Amino acid sequence: MPDFDVMNVIQAIKKISFFGSKRGFVSLCEKMSSVKFYAAAAPTLWVVLFLVVPLLIVLKISFTESAFSIPPFSNVFDVAGDYALHIKLSLKNFAGVVFDHYYITAFINSVFLGILATIICLFIGFPIAYGISTARNTAKYVLILLIALSFGTSFLLRVYSWINFLSPCGLLNTALLKCGMIDEPIQFFGSYVAVCMGVVFCYLPFMIFPIYAVLSKIGREYIESALDLGCSPRVAFWCVSVPLSRSGVATGCVMIFAMAAGEFVIPELLGSADTTTFGRVLWNEFYTNLDWPMACALSVAMLTIVTLPIYLFQRRSRILASSED
Amino acid sequence: MVNQPQALGGMAETVQEAESEAYVKIENISKSHDKTKLLQDVSLDVHKGELFSLLGKSGSGKTTLLRILAGLEKPTSGKVYVDGVDVTDVPVHKRPINMMFQSYALFPHMTVKQNVAFGLVQDRLGKAAIEERVKDALNLVQLGKYGDRKPHQLSGGQRQRVALARSLAKIPKLLLLDEPLAALDKSLKERTQFELVNIHEKVGITFILVTHDQAESMIMATRMAIIEDGKIRQVGTPHDIYEFPNSRTVAEFIGNINLFNCIVVEQDSDHVLLKSSEIDCLCYATQTGAVPIGSSLTLAIRPEKIMMSKLIPAYPRNWAQGVIKEIAYLGSISVYHVQLNSGKMVTTMLPNLLRLEDRGLTWEDTVYLFWRSESCLILTS
Repeated sequence: MPDFDVMNVIQAIKKISFFGSKRGFVSLCEKMSSVKFYAAAAPTLWVVLFLVVPLLIVLKISFTESAFSIPPFSNVFDVAGDYALHIKLSLKNFAGVVFDHYYITAFINSVFLGILATIICLFIGFPIAYGISTARNTAKYVLILLIALSFGTSFLLRVYSWINFLSPCGLLNTALLKCGMIDEPIQFFGSYVAVCMGVVFCYLPFMIFPIYAVLSKIGREYIESALDLGCSPRVAFWCVSVPLSRSGVATGCVMIFAMAAGEFVIPELLGSADTTTFGRVLWNEFYTNLDWPMACALSVAMLTIVTLPIYLFQRRSRILASSED
Repeated sequence: MVNQPQALGGMAETVQEAESEAYVKIENISKSHDKTKLLQDVSLDVHKGELFSLLGKSGSGKTTLLRILAGLEKPTSGKVYVDGVDVTDVPVHKRPINMMFQSYALFPHMTVKQNVAFGLVQDRLGKAAIEERVKDALNLVQLGKYGDRKPHQLSGGQRQRVALARSLAKIPKLLLLDEPLAALDKSLKERTQFELVNIHEKVGITFILVTHDQAESMIMATRMAIIEDGKIRQVGTPHDIYEFPNSRTVAEFIGNINLFNCIVVEQDSDHVLLKSSEIDCLCYATQTGAVPIGSSLTLAIRPEKIMMSKLIPAYPRNWAQGVIKEIAYLGSISVYHVQLNSGKMVTTMLPNLLRLEDRGLTWEDTVYLFWRSESCLILTS
């Protein structure tokens, strides 16, 4: 006869439990008794309440039609007189997102702006991050502080300052005219170029910091060892520093792309009617046209596009992490 | 003055032979950083094919000297010659010198093969030649099968060998090893020490090794230098340095030693007679030198060279009476701390030929310590 100890009892209960051993009641009880469970429960609850539930509501509204009512959209679930539950999902909004030229243009503009801003930020941000990481201690902290300081001023104010800078009688045009490089002011303001400049300027720190964080962690001995093996300092930079900073570059790129593609304030302020972006269109649908279902469908589409690179990046880093075990 | 013992005669000859040509010549190197003197006027000759060890505590400047040789740091003054060529102003990537870093510094984004090939690629060797050299280098360290792994898929010992293979692949004129075994655990360290010596013999490249571990240095090095406070205290074979340290600091740094303050009472061509307030009788030492009568000096005797008995020695010199205060049983040997009549504590070591309880020596026993006159070392500084 086997010993009748606690472990045997747990094993036995596990076997007879309805949900199988892994997800069974006993397993849940075991989990409930651990501190880890509660530690993970709080953020999970937070995310579910304030992120998942609202997103589901947005998803629901995106399948409705706009209506003159409060709230301004039709019902998805409807219990009619025959006691049957009618579910009415309208795909009209999504058809608009996919087929309407206006939305497609806005979509392409946004993605293009996201990619362009990411590339420009990378090319400006990497040298800055590298410069900071190689600077002496005091200079390093001053530089980091200066870059972080831009967050101290209001975002709107920073964008407004670019209006002043780029307008026909602004600083840039005046300077170019005075130099004699141009004869008449260039119409920066209101153009796609201005929007891109604004985005790059506002989000550059998000590229610099992750790259700096990774670069500053690369041990001095890696560079020294590359030099010792016969690399010139320039080759050592390309063969060692750049590949080892990959994860920082990826983080920065994903962040900039997500923010630039969804941006609506900068195109609104620095752009013109021609510079339609997804964020702007969304804003117009929501506040000007009061077409909540269309706005929701747009934001669902937007979310998918922005999430995709983040998902791919995370999957890649997960594969990398598992291969490093 | 110092006679090489017969057993090492052969070795002494080869060393003497090589002494005619200094392959690596370090000339009056000084290095200061923020007013602290890291190295002070260091001069050193290393011969071709040697496994030379720089032994010192952390902060003694040994790693700084190694980095100066590698070209990673510039000396404040002085010159470095390798194979007759002044390399002092040659930048690091153009020196015929490679270094194995303490942390190995293997590139994590490259495979083992790519790591080993890295230096060869910089030299723009042909593809076939690179492959050949990488294969040879990996076979040398017995890692031929691991070429396609990434560094993080290897154990600490394997990484150490990849680092060695990478620095050897370029066949440098001089290989520098910065604490090559410090990151390994004890048993692996002991095995690797012999392996490293074997590889050194196979490749015939001059090695300079930095270590703080005196056992490691004595096992591996053909010659070694003791560095302290940025100065070289003594250079010699491990045997020379252990048996004939030239100063109190070196004697205390390498192994255990008993030191007595003495005054010279008699001096002759073949011996000196010393008087110490710490020892009961006069001490007769066969080592001589410029020690005028009346001068005070230090008498040093290694613990394993002091014998112990309950019977009073017949010879009227070179002994002292004391009481056993401590016994440390280490298995193969036992270490005894004996308090002399003067109050001085002396350490002695006896191999455990008999089991401890059979030896008849125990705590609080009165014993006589005695030693041969050849075992006495006279340290004037």
